[in-house]
Parts: sequence; structure tokens; C-alpha cells
Amino acid sequence: MIKAILIFNNHGKPRLSKFYEHYSEDTEQQIIRETFHLVSKRDENVCNFLEGGMLIGGSDYRLIYRHYATLYFVFCVDSSESELGILDLIQVFVETLDKCFENVCELDLIFHVDKVHNILAEMVMGGMVLETNMNEIITQVDSQNKMEKSEQSP
Amino acid sequence: MALKIVKGSIDRMFDKNLQDLVRGIRNHKEDEAKYISTCIDEIKQELKQDNIAVKANAVCKLTYLQMLGYDVSWAAFNIVEVMSSSKFTYKRIGYLAASQCFHESTDVIMLTTNQIRKDLSSPNQYDTGVALTGLSCFVTPDLARDLANDIMTLMSHTKPYIRKKAVLIMYKVFLKYPESLRPAFPRLKEKLEDPDPGVQSAAVNVICELARRNPKNYLSLAPLFFKLMTSSTNNWVLIKIIKLFGALTPLEPRLGKKLIEPLTNLIHSTSAMSLLYECVNTVIAGHDVNGSPFLPPFSLALFLFLRFQLCVQKLRILIEDSDQNLKYLGLLAMSKILKTHPKSVQSHKDLILQCLDDKDESIRLRALDLLYGMVSKKNLMEIVKKLMLHVDKAEGTTYRDELLTKIIDICSQSNYQYITNFEWYISILVELTRLEGTRHGHLIASQMLDVAIRVKAIRVFAVAQMATLLDNAHLMTGNVQRKGICEVLYAAAWICGEFSEHLENPMQTLEAMLRPKVATLPGHIQAVYVQNAAKLFATLLKNQEGNTDRTAAQETSQLMIDRLPLFVQSANLEVQERASCILQLVKYIQKLQQKDVEVAEEVIALFAGELNPVAPKAQKKVPVPEGLDLDAWINEPPSESESEDEQPKAIFAKEEPKHSRARHTEVDEKELAKRREARKQEQANNPFYIKASPSSQKVYQEAPGVEHIPVVQIDLSVPLKVPGLPMSDQYVKLEEERRQKERVEKKKKEKKKRKEKRGGRGKKHDSGPESEEDITPAHMVDIVTEEMPEDKKSSKHKKKKQKREKEEKEKKKKKKHHHHHHHSDGGGEESVQNGTVEEEEPLPVSVCHQSFTEIDIQGNLQDGSQVVVSVIFENKCDNFLKTMEFNVLDSLNSKLQRPEGSGPHDGLSVPFQLPPETRSSGTLRLSVFVIVFPQNEDSSTHEKLDFKLHFTCSSYLITTPCYSDAFAKLLESGDLKCSSVRLEGVNMPFHHLLARICFHHHFSVVERIDSCASMYSRSIQGHHVCLLVKTSGQTVSIDAKCDEPTLLGNVLDEIKQTFSQC
Repeated sequence: MIKAILIFNNHGKPRLSKFYEHYSEDTEQQIIRETFHLVSKRDENVCNFLEGGMLIGGSDYRLIYRHYATLYFVFCVDSSESELGILDLIQVFVETLDKCFENVCELDLIFHVDKVHNILAEMVMGGMVLETNMNEIITQVDSQNKMEKSEQSP
Repeated sequence: MALKIVKGSIDRMFDKNLQDLVRGIRNHKEDEAKYISTCIDEIKQELKQDNIAVKANAVCKLTYLQMLGYDVSWAAFNIVEVMSSSKFTYKRIGYLAASQCFHESTDVIMLTTNQIRKDLSSPNQYDTGVALTGLSCFVTPDLARDLANDIMTLMSHTKPYIRKKAVLIMYKVFLKYPESLRPAFPRLKEKLEDPDPGVQSAAVNVICELARRNPKNYLSLAPLFFKLMTSSTNNWVLIKIIKLFGALTPLEPRLGKKLIEPLTNLIHSTSAMSLLYECVNTVIAGHDVNGSPFLPPFSLALFLFLRFQLCVQKLRILIEDSDQNLKYLGLLAMSKILKTHPKSVQSHKDLILQCLDDKDESIRLRALDLLYGMVSKKNLMEIVKKLMLHVDKAEGTTYRDELLTKIIDICSQSNYQYITNFEWYISILVELTRLEGTRHGHLIASQMLDVAIRVKAIRVFAVAQMATLLDNAHLMTGNVQRKGICEVLYAAAWICGEFSEHLENPMQTLEAMLRPKVATLPGHIQAVYVQNAAKLFATLLKNQEGNTDRTAAQETSQLMIDRLPLFVQSANLEVQERASCILQLVKYIQKLQQKDVEVAEEVIALFAGELNPVAPKAQKKVPVPEGLDLDAWINEPPSESESEDEQPKAIFAKEEPKHSRARHTEVDEKELAKRREARKQEQANNPFYIKASPSSQKVYQEAPGVEHIPVVQIDLSVPLKVPGLPMSDQYVKLEEERRQKERVEKKKKEKKKRKEKRGGRGKKHDSGPESEEDITPAHMVDIVTEEMPEDKKSSKHKKKKQKREKEEKEKKKKKKHHHHHHHSDGGGEESVQNGTVEEEEPLPVSVCHQSFTEIDIQGNLQDGSQVVVSVIFENKCDNFLKTMEFNVLDSLNSKLQRPEGSGPHDGLSVPFQLPPETRSSGTLRLSVFVIVFPQNEDSSTHEKLDFKLHFTCSSYLITTPCYSDAFAKLLESGDLKCSSVRLEGVNMPFHHLLARICFHHHFSVVERIDSCASMYSRSIQGHHVCLLVKTSGQTVSIDAKCDEPTLLGNVLDEIKQTFSQC
């Protein structure tokens, strides 16, 4: 299971937070801060796995993250997920964003967090991986966007 | 109206959308909070408007603000409004907002049930999709219960997009509403073979999650997964399946064997590192040849071992890889091997020690985990020295704390097995107290206490060290950050007090313990200070009274009287009480001293007697009093069938905490033993406690105390007095010298028997390499656990054996029970189904060798005419059953559900094999057309194993809750036929009686008033059954109503029979 998916920038500003378990708003912010603190102090060429978040998880959970330019993509998962699999999934996520936004950059995420949520919803549902095939994800996202447009025009 | 719409759209033009809000926030960096609060006011205005577009825009902005940490639960109702919009655009916004901020205690969730149901059945697949996605985040037990059916229907939707979402969300539904698992499971299983890979992947995902919680219930799916594994090309699915097999193989060793080949193929063929890694991991999990009850032939075992070695080698390659991720995972997998095959890991010691110096903290932590299995007597000091260096260097407290616990872990493991010099260990502990801000003060403290109590020879040294600690207590209390560490003072004070006779300068220590600064320590530590100051005082008096000069003794008393009042004023009750008690005592002593009376002997008698460690198994030495049968049930044992009924719950059985360390349990045992000891002591001293027999007391007193344990006298080649705080490093050198010396001595004495020298500790050495045995510890630990007489152990085994025998007997009994039914079934009052099991191999298996236990008959809610029967097959002979066929003769009224395409008389092949003396369970489905009549069908008996299934009418009933008003309406409706029955001589409490009816006949209690209760149940075909149960004395009268009199009559007969049996 995936417990949370967080995206924040190099300064710890949240760009997307998706918790698959309920926390209060304050706790969520604390978790984001703590995760940022843990992730940001790590060098570039160390491993992408991290243990020891106090707030989220526990011994069975670990943070799996990737750092792209100005953004950190962090998944908090338990031991039922394959570590390398999740790393691949993050890659798929980012590539999908790149396709949907055409050369995605931090600004896209800042202004269109709702769209990012919609894309994510096609990949991960309720903490479980729904789809890993990028083309399938994009097809579904596109046809939903088309539907949205058709509703707005008349 | 038109004007309103125009006005609305004009308003909208001036409203901020999400992008404007974000831009605004970015432009107001200095007064962000103020800006946002004005935005929230605007949003509140927008939400008040009727225009749904405006509302949706507002909700969209709220979702963003929620991410920034603003509580938006106040808008929950508006979110529901937006969710129920007919436009997909708004619906999606609404569901997103709901998934971000709704949770179980959001009360408006109640309002959403119907809306969600509507969306789920929407013709637009994306409406359904959005609803499923949203629901997956905020599903509550109520929603799960109400919508389970709708979602289950969606699992067979025509569009794969909906199917995969519906399958996935079922896991959440199961979690919140476990009862849904049983009816949904067959369909879920079906989805494993869905033509769409996405749906398949979702089904695998859900089953893997379920199996993780309770793997043994999913063993029967192994063949299906096996097929998937060999056919699937989706890496994601493969990884999940392989992970699942990793969880299943420990339960079913033969699976491991079967997996070897496909896994090896995958290891060789895959290019995906993630898949390769999981394969290796599962091979490791499956490699447990020694633990397996079915020893494979030698060649196969060898093959497996080689395969295993290959995997370990592969792991080494991973760890040596320059990719840090692989290094990390390699170490992670190693730690799994460590538990089962420590030796395989030990050969990679060099590599692991190297990883300790890695710049990556994650990798260092993993390597630390592995260290536990690396240490030996020889290298312990060296490894700990290395760790201490890391402790000094470590920047973050988490890593340092981890180091600290690891040091203590590896030193204290298996009763300090690897420690040869306890002075070194004490000095390590003292060095650790200098750590800033650690949370583990209590851990260090408990180690100090443990060592000081159990290693007698070390006490002199320990006391000296603790006195220094007490003297420098200000170092620990000065800083708030150091709060955790002051726990150490607890241990220091206790050790100094308890073993005060070893103190070099007791006066100075007493002075240190009574400093005003002590009052700033936490209460429980102060209490120990006060108590031990008194012990110290007693020792001092004894020393000083020996002198001719009496003034010294009086000065000591004066010191106590001067300092104690500070503690008497303490806010902590414990401190206050102890201090005032001791203060009065000292005052009295002072009076006596002034009269020149010698008091030291009496004062010291207050604290006489030594606290000894108690063996965890000490309780066994106390004989069981006569007439007390520990194995007898105090309450009536729960009936066997009850546990079966709980099976659906077991699927969600909580995992046991895997990470509990052995050390913790040890402490628990000690703690228990301590309490036990205390209780026994109390009982012994309590004149009102009835002692079992005089002999039991005697036995207890004769129990070997610590005195009887052979303690090696410490070789005093090491100077015991170390000025100032100790440096652990020096011990490494000293230890080297000591060993050198010992080796020389040993050469001289080589002819002498080794056994004698090492006494009873021979056992402990088994695990170490040969050379290790040459190192004898400088100090001995009193290992109390070892002092159990041999016969105790054997008796334990005996008990187990007896228990097993008992179980077997019970099984046999059960079997007999079945035979009994076998003969009595002609009576016709129960519905009976006859059938056969055919075994093709091995040749003659007589009937009595295979037992066949029906465990559960369950109506299927979904389909009013289906009954699922779970059956346990047990092979009682020595032969392996390769294939089994299962057949039930169809009758007019019931039919075995066979796979499509098979003829009406074909048997079902049982999807697993049965090795000797194992059991396994399978399910079969029967279609029942009319349930109110018992059917009576004779089967032509083959020479195969015959069995009979009993379908009582009660098994067609399904426990259904019913509210009292609905119940009343039902009774008033007049559609129901009446019937009643009287039971005589029922001798049980009313609630037991009700529980029995509920349990055996699937009723639920609607209302209960005193000795009268109304009950309700429903059959799978929707017949209502109502009971009114009254009791007076031993007579129970049951008035029953049902819309089907035949069913009612049979149910009542069955109830009657239930009570006639007891």
C-alpha cells in the first residue's frame, strides 16, 4: 500500500499532497515538513530509499523518492510494494506529467494542481497502484479532458 | 430568473479562479496569511450563491488551500453539493475535494450514499470512475456496507476501466466491512483471469494485500497464481505475485520447490532489476530446507542449497554495485537471510563492515541491522569501537540513537554471550552517557543495573564508575536537551546505594546524592536518590561507629537532617513520603547517638539481604497445589464450530509485530519473574494466605539461589581502579594482553580437561567458530535461565506430546461423529446430500484413512439459490494423494455447480494435492431450488470414500439485523404463519440460550426484556423468520412466525434438537 504521495520543491513548498489515510491538516503539514527535512539533506548520489519518518509510517514503511530539478517526488509505502517498482512508477508519473503538460515544469504543478490530481487518480487509487501503462493513463486523462471541454462549450 | 443567471455569470467573471488564487498568494509573500483569509471570506460568499459553477470554482480553490494546511471541513456540505452536480467537470471537482478532506468522522458523508450509488450506475463511465476514485479515499464502514453490492456488480462491468477500479476498491470495502469478503471473493478470484491486463493486475493487487494479512487462507490460490506467473508479462503483476509467493512459501514448503524453476528462469531472462530482486528475495524466503517437515531427497536439497548460495552471491554483487539503490536492497535482503541462515551472512562480514562507512545513512542503518549477526567474542570489542567512532561523528540524533541501541543490542544479546570483559562494557555504557540528547537513557540505565546485579565480580568497578557519574551529575542535568540521559542517574544512585560497601569514598557520594540540584531531577529518580541515600547512610554509620571518634557519625546524621527537608517538600508524593520517613528515622538515630548508643547494626538491618535475579522459569519450581488442574477449563470452552464461523474475520487478523526484538521479551520475562517472585514473597509472609502444603514451601526454599551458580573468580590482572572516567579503548588492549596470557597458560594446561574449566556454559559455544572457544570471559554472568534442572525441560516436551495426542483424539472423535450421521440420515428430518471423493493415486486408500470434515455451510446472499460449502480434506494415510475428484449426486432440489462444459454427472477435480497427514480446504457450490423442504436422496455407493453433507434448514438462514420497529411492522403485516414449541428442562442462563440460538441457527436478537426476547432471521430466499423466546424456570417457550410454515416447522425442530443435545 502507498500511504502518501507528496511533491514539494527544493524549499519544501508543497506542490501536491495526497494522503491515503486521514490526518489532520496540521499533521499533514508536519509530515510534509519532516519529509522535506529528511529528503533535502541527502546528497544527490545516494540511494533513493529512506527510513525513519516519525510521523508517517513506522518500521514497516519507507520513503521512496526521486529528485527532478526543482521538485521532489516522495512516495511513502509499506513493505508490500517493491522498492524498485515504485521508483519506476515515479518515473512513469513524471513522464506522464511531461506528456500531459508538454515539457512539465514546476509552474505547471503550481497552477494546475487539480490536473495533477486527476492524472494521479488514474495511476494510484486509494493507495493501490491502478495502472502503470503510460499510454493507457494518457488515453483516459485525455478523454476526460475532452468531456470537460464538451461540457463547457455549449 | 433569466436575470439571475446573467448576474451569476457576470459575477463569475469577477471571481478568482484557482490560477488567480495561486498567483495572488505568490504576489503576497509578506502577508500571505492575511491574503488567504480574505480569499476564504470571498469563497464563503461564493458558496452562498446558487450558481453551481461558482460553487465548484470555490470548492476547487478550497482544495488548494487544504493542501497549504487550511482546515476546510466547514465547507463539507458544499462539497457534497458540487459532487451531486450533473456535469462531469463539477462532479470531478467535488469528488477530488471530498477525497482530500473527508474522513470517517465527517458527518455529511451520510448524505452521500445515494448520490454515490447514482454515480456508480451512471451510463457515463467517467462519472462512475470519478465516484470510485473518490470513494476509495473516504469510504466508511456504513458506505462500504451500503454500496458493497453496487461495487460488486461493477466488477463485471463491460468496460475494463470500470472493472479495474471496482476490483481495486473492493479491498477498501473489505477493510471497512469484512462481511463482504465472503460473497465477493469468488468474483474477485474470477477477475484474476480477466482478459484485460489492468483488471488482472488490480485483482492480483487486492489478493496480495489480503494475503499479506493472513497468507494461509490464500494458499489454495497458489496454482492459479502459479499459472499467472508463468504466463504474465507484466512486470508489475509478476512482482506482486512473486512477493505473494514469498509470503506463502514458509507455509507450504513444497511450493518453494515448485517455484525454483520458474524463478530461476525469470532471474536469467529478465532485464528488470526490480523483478530480479524480488525473485532473489522469494528464493531466499523459500529456502528453509531444515525447517521443512518434508525433507526433499538429498540431491534436491543440495540443488536448493546451491540455488540459495547463488542468490546470496547475487546479493553480494548487488551490495558491491555502485548503484546505491541496489546496495541498499542487497543489504535489506541480507537481513532477511540473517534470521534463518546467519552463517551465510557471516561470510560477507568484510563487505558489511565496509558499508558501515558508507556516506549514505540509509545504507549504514541497513548495515547496522546486519551487525547483530556478525559479532563474536573475538571481534565484539573491535566492532563496538568502530561504532563508538561513528557515535562521535554522527550528526543526526536518529542515526546516533540507532547506533546506541545497536551497540547495546549486540553486546547484550543472548545473555552477554560475547562479552569477555565487563569492565570494558561498563566503561562503554558510561561513555554512552556523554551523548547529547539521546532518548535512550533508560536503556543504558537498565543495562547498568542488569550487569551490576548479575555480574558480581564487576560490582566494585561499577560502583566506582557510578560514584563518578553521580559526582558529575551536573553534566547530565544542566541542559534541557539532555533530559533523556538523566535516567542513567537512576541506575547510578541505585547501584551506589545497594552495593555501598564497595564505595571508595561513601561520604563524598552521599554528599553528591543530597545536593540541592537533585531536586530538579524527575520525581522517580529523586525517590531512588532518597532511598539510596538512606542505604548509604547505613553503611557510613557502620564504618564510622567502628572508629573511636564518634563525631564523624554524628556529622553524617546532621548532614542527612540538613539536606532531607528539601525532599520532604517535594511535589512528588513518592519522594515526599520516602524523605519524611527517612528524615524521622535519622532524627531518631541522632537522638540515640547523642546518648552514645550504637545503632549501626540495627540501621543496616533495615537494608539487609541481597536482591537476586530470578529465573524466568522459576514458577515451574513451585509445585502445583493439590486439587488444582491447570489444564481444566474454568469456563466452558468455546465450541469448535464457533472458531470456524469466525473465519472471515481471521482474514483480517492483525499481523503480529515482526520487529519485536528478542531483548524486549527477555525483559518482559524478567519483569514477570520479578512480579511472580514478589507475589510469592508476599504470599509467604501473609499469615492469611493458605499454603498448599509444607513441602511446597520447602521446595521453594531449596531452589538454588545465586550462590550456587558457579562464578569464575575474576582474574585480577587488570587494575580495577581507574582514575576518572574510564576509557573503553584501553580495555581492548588489556583484553588482548589477557587473552595472550591465557593462551600461554592454556598451552601449559592443555592436557587438562576443557570441560571442567568452562563449567555449564558449553552449550553457549555451539554457534561460535572453533577458535572462539579459546577465549574465556574474564567475568561470568549469572545466567539464571540456565539453572533449570534438566528434567523440567523434558517435562515440557512431554506436555506438548500429550497435547498433540489429545488433539488427535479429538479429531478422531469428530470423525466418529460424522459416521454417526452417516447412519442416522435416513430419518429425513435433516437435509442430506450424498457424494463421493475419488482418489486415483495411490492404490488402496481405505476410507478410514482419509477424513473429510465439513466445516461450514453458508448461504450466498447474492444468489438466493446458492449455498457455498467449505470442506476440509485431511489425508490420514502415509501416501501422497495426487489427484482427487469430488462429486455430489444431483437431486431434484440441489445441484453441484460445475464448470461450464462438463456433463451433469462429472466430478469436480480438487485443485490441490494432499501429502500425508495434511489438511486443506476447498469449496463447492450447490444450487438449491427449494429450501423449505428437506431433500432425501440416496446415492449409489461407490467403493470410493462416501460422505454426506448435512444441510439443516438453519444453514439456509442468514443472520440479518432487524430494528424493532421494522420487526413490529413485520409481525403486524399478518402474512406470517404461526407456530410454537416448548422446551422442558433447559438448564442454562437465558443469555446462553439466546447465544446458542443465534449461533447455531443464525438468528439475531431484536429486543430483549428480562427473560423474554424477540429474534429475527432471514433465509437466503428472503423468508422472514421471527421468534419470541420466553423462559420461566426450566421451561422455554418459543413462539415463531414465518411466511413459510414448512421452513418454520423444520427450523423449530432443529432448535429443539439443539437443546435436547445439551
